[in-house]
Amino acid sequence: MRIKTVEQLEKTAQDVNRLLAQQEKKVLVCAGTGCVAGGSLEIYDAIKKMVETKGLLVSVELAEEKQGIGVKKSGCHGYCEMGPLVRIEPYDYLYLQVKLEDCEEIVEKTLIQGQPVERLMCHWEGKLYAKQEELPFYKKQTRIVLENCGHMDAESIQEYIARGGYQALAKALHQMSPEQICKEMSNANLRGRGGGGFPAGRKWSQVLAQDNPVKYVVCNGDEGDPGAFMDRSIMEGDPHRMIEGMIIAGFATGGSAGYIYVRAEYPLAVERLRIALEQAGEYGLLGKNILNAGFDFEILINQGAGAFVCGEGSALTASIEGNRGMPRVKPPRTVEAGLWAKPTVLNNVETFANVPQIIMNGSEWYKSMGPEKSPGTKAFAITGNVNNTGLIEVPMGTKLHEIIFDIGGGIKDGKKFKAVQIGGPSGACLTEEHMDLPLDFDSLKKVDAMIGSGGLVIMDEDTCMVEVARFFMNFTQNESCGKCVPCREGTKQMLQILERIVNGKGTMEDLNMLEELSDTISDTALCGLGKTAANPVVSTLKYFRDEYLAHVVDKKCATGTCQALKRIEIRQELCKGCSKCTRACPVNAIEGKIKQPYKVNQEKCIKCGACLDSCPFDAIEEV
Amino acid sequence: MKGTMLIDGQNVAYDGEKNILEVVRKAGVELPTFCYHSELSIYGACRMCIVEDEWGGTIASCSTPPKNGMKIWTNTPKIQKYRRMILELLLSDHNRDCTVCEKNTKCKLQELATRFGIKKVRFDATHSKHELDESGPSIVRDPNKCILCGDCVRMCEEVQGVGVLGFAYRGSKIKVTPAFNKQLADVECVNCGQCAAVCPTGALYVKNETEKLWDVLHSKDKRAVVQIAPAVRVALGEEFGFAAGEIVTGKIVAALRKLGFDEIYDTGIAADLTVLEETKEFMERLKSGKDLPLFTSCCPAWVKYAEQKFPEMLGHISTCRSPQQIFGAVIKEHYRSTKELDRRQTIVVSVMPCTAKKYEAAKPEFETAGEKDVDVVITTQELALMIKEAGIVFDDLEGEAVDMPFGLASGAGLIFGVTGGVAEAVLRRCYKEKTANSLKEITFTGVRGMDGIKEAVVEIEGKTIRLAVVHGLKNAKELMKAVRKGKKSYDFVEVMGCPGGCIGGAGQPMNGSTATKTQRAKGLYKVDKTSQIKRSEENPMIMALYNGILQKKHHLLHNPLKSGVHTKE
Repeated sequence: MRIKTVEQLEKTAQDVNRLLAQQEKKVLVCAGTGCVAGGSLEIYDAIKKMVETKGLLVSVELAEEKQGIGVKKSGCHGYCEMGPLVRIEPYDYLYLQVKLEDCEEIVEKTLIQGQPVERLMCHWEGKLYAKQEELPFYKKQTRIVLENCGHMDAESIQEYIARGGYQALAKALHQMSPEQICKEMSNANLRGRGGGGFPAGRKWSQVLAQDNPVKYVVCNGDEGDPGAFMDRSIMEGDPHRMIEGMIIAGFATGGSAGYIYVRAEYPLAVERLRIALEQAGEYGLLGKNILNAGFDFEILINQGAGAFVCGEGSALTASIEGNRGMPRVKPPRTVEAGLWAKPTVLNNVETFANVPQIIMNGSEWYKSMGPEKSPGTKAFAITGNVNNTGLIEVPMGTKLHEIIFDIGGGIKDGKKFKAVQIGGPSGACLTEEHMDLPLDFDSLKKVDAMIGSGGLVIMDEDTCMVEVARFFMNFTQNESCGKCVPCREGTKQMLQILERIVNGKGTMEDLNMLEELSDTISDTALCGLGKTAANPVVSTLKYFRDEYLAHVVDKKCATGTCQALKRIEIRQELCKGCSKCTRACPVNAIEGKIKQPYKVNQEKCIKCGACLDSCPFDAIEEV
Repeated sequence: MKGTMLIDGQNVAYDGEKNILEVVRKAGVELPTFCYHSELSIYGACRMCIVEDEWGGTIASCSTPPKNGMKIWTNTPKIQKYRRMILELLLSDHNRDCTVCEKNTKCKLQELATRFGIKKVRFDATHSKHELDESGPSIVRDPNKCILCGDCVRMCEEVQGVGVLGFAYRGSKIKVTPAFNKQLADVECVNCGQCAAVCPTGALYVKNETEKLWDVLHSKDKRAVVQIAPAVRVALGEEFGFAAGEIVTGKIVAALRKLGFDEIYDTGIAADLTVLEETKEFMERLKSGKDLPLFTSCCPAWVKYAEQKFPEMLGHISTCRSPQQIFGAVIKEHYRSTKELDRRQTIVVSVMPCTAKKYEAAKPEFETAGEKDVDVVITTQELALMIKEAGIVFDDLEGEAVDMPFGLASGAGLIFGVTGGVAEAVLRRCYKEKTANSLKEITFTGVRGMDGIKEAVVEIEGKTIRLAVVHGLKNAKELMKAVRKGKKSYDFVEVMGCPGGCIGGAGQPMNGSTATKTQRAKGLYKVDKTSQIKRSEENPMIMALYNGILQKKHHLLHNPLKSGVHTKE
């Protein structure tokens, strides 16, 4: 079915809405990667089968006039900690941690009788939250980009159209000129959500100004930060929104084709994008003469092979061209000579997903959210030692405290908050003192951090910050493309030093060398990834220097994370010399004579802790 | 783009320089680099060329265009510290057995480490052990010495259009290698050696055969006959402090004699034979109109390249042997036929500016009566090493003349060493008018100069002849493609694999910048100017040969793989 005109688009929206209205109840089973891993597809099958057996199933494709229940696979709801999630409309119930055996009760009680299954609902601090939007996790969020995620069938272009999808494209094509669109985007001051924060409108205007018959639009879906999954969720949950943004970008800049560069490790996103592109083609929203505006545009998917560095613009375009993904020197910039050396708009998934709303509602509306210089909302993936891990969207400028404690529900197991790593391996660790820091591009820059793509890894008091630095350095070292000397060799040496420190072999000179290397790498590396590679070390050295000193000087790891710094000792005054521990020790590291206090041979001890449990007198301790 | 920059407090005007680095060097400051070569694309990996701007920012000068009014400093404490750190980092991952390295004293890393006073590397050595790749006939690859500047990768791809080297693996495991970890001998390497010529360290170097040659020189039952290629005489001097392009033929002959060679000849005579044969072939093809254009066959890198990339065009390549192989075949035949009484085995040695000549000499088709036509090939650089090892003070040598009878070469045969030389020599032969004026006329046809692809149109016997001269295999590729598509049409095409022709060969002293090559070219043209015989056919030795050995053995001048079809190996 091809939509040829704006009128037909509106008619389609009305038709689908009429059909959707026949679904008097809708079951939205989360089919994001997290919930799928938790078994949500089986839950979807089970519920669908039960509803089918009762003759109540009705889908949008069935054009007949029949009331019933719609069962659909939605995109990510965001509350990943509590998955698999099932949302039931029109009640807006959100069932958490649903298991296969809960399905029958859900169907009987909620779908047939209209009653809630309270035991599957959110209980927080003694209170029951029935409606999804009332949950503390959702209440403080402003879901603009994620508005459809979890609220519609992620594989249905019809539902997207019914929810106002492609209206922005229609508006852009028929009511605006490319210059006007670029201007509107510039006014909105939408800053690139991939990490750099470069204003998208300015980028578009620069591409529009290029005198070249061939231009490209490239979407960066190579989300590689550990713990970040915002873009994945958008691609999986609402792929058309991003595609619509790309088509608008194509029209606004004179582009003729688009590429979506998506990680191959996101098979579900690739599949949903593939389906979405096919649908958009069928509906005439991609291809020749889109909505009768005389504008042609195609989008292709390009799967990346999992190199972190391919998230860097020039490495990404090189990779699409079939070359090794290595950043190149600039100039020329991507807007002048990007993909295939043609002027290229390169934005990330979330940036493109913001576009339709800005075009529909205008830049003034957009600027009403967030601080003046970083307007709009931002999606964050919160992970780590926090109660509510998941995907959230808040206005830019929301304070760290609100995210971690109000939305994130605080630290797990009542532990104390220690730090949050923001911006992935290129980002920095922030601490208690930054709790009131508004999260936006500029205020983070002031504390030498960056918003990055929006990954927040929350760490509790039991986290060893030196080990955190080592972890990120290991990641950066593995993912360096190896081109420039400071990044390739510098990160390798930094990693070696950090390994020495966590193994109790660090020296004070090592700390100085870490700083010297950090300066060199930050100032001299070729690309953005190299320049920020030392950030986790710089920030932990700044805020947790005492921990480094404890490792280096006292050879102690206060959190007990660093195995090599652990010691197991027998308290001589408590040991009765029963020899039980010697039998428990797998490496014969406990030495002594029976009925006399035993001692641990530290050279031999592998710190397994077997002796600790074996001692009847609690004489053995970890220090 | 024109403007003025402030470099270290001094006003420096720029006009057309693409990057700050060029402007700084123009201002007389030698910024250190590993990965910057003006003839290659800008790579920006070594970060040694960093400078500081007025806001304290660090910028890579190779990849930043100059701006009017820009202020930069090239040697601040910060920049100094960073450069030293980068060098230390490079050294931490480098096999530092400098004394036994092929590039010892010619290594850029060594040079810069000395220049920046690196006395200690504060890091643990981290380099992993890699096997040497000695599979090829000309080039050795030692990944243990590689600093990953990518110069070889870009040279092979961008200038030579061969592209057998690339990067593999990520992060610190990255290495430069042929695809799938293959060895050089198993890929389409043409042995041009340009990778080794740009390699700043000992990661790629020319196979050294001096030891083999010493054995020949030291053994009494061998007659060591040496041929000197034209391009050697204008470059060898650079190794001994002479300016590029200075003609040191006499000193070379004296040195060779001191080294123990029995007979010292000139490859130029074989080039004269090539001219006659190739011209004959060309005139025949012109007459028949078949298999035009005729491509030259002197350059073995080019021949291999054509075999691999354009097998359907092989019929267009001249059937003539290269001068090196003609020389070898003729000399060997000479000694065979004269049946010397001393029973010494004749060993033909060539001193070449070229690394591919090693490959060419080893080709199985260049054997006669079970003997190699050319036994040992050494490069200009290897000869310099031998002279140094023998303790010969090059500067003090009195010039000597080459031996007769195979030492007599025409100017035409000697300009073979520079791009356009073969074409010019063939034109001299073709031109009916044999006057000084016609010689001058030929130089103005457009065959001379350093342009990558040169074209000329001449009238010969009422016929319009279209010539092309290319050097650098990427240029050859472009030209071949144009010819194949019918976009270009020529009658005669001279191809030399290396930029500049043989004077820019990878066996020549390092630092083959365009300026150096231009000087060497000037040197060769001067050799031509001062030679009494200008045209190949006027070389009396040639006629003697045609009337002598070659009367029955004319086939020695042509590739034994019949009618010019070089089969694929």
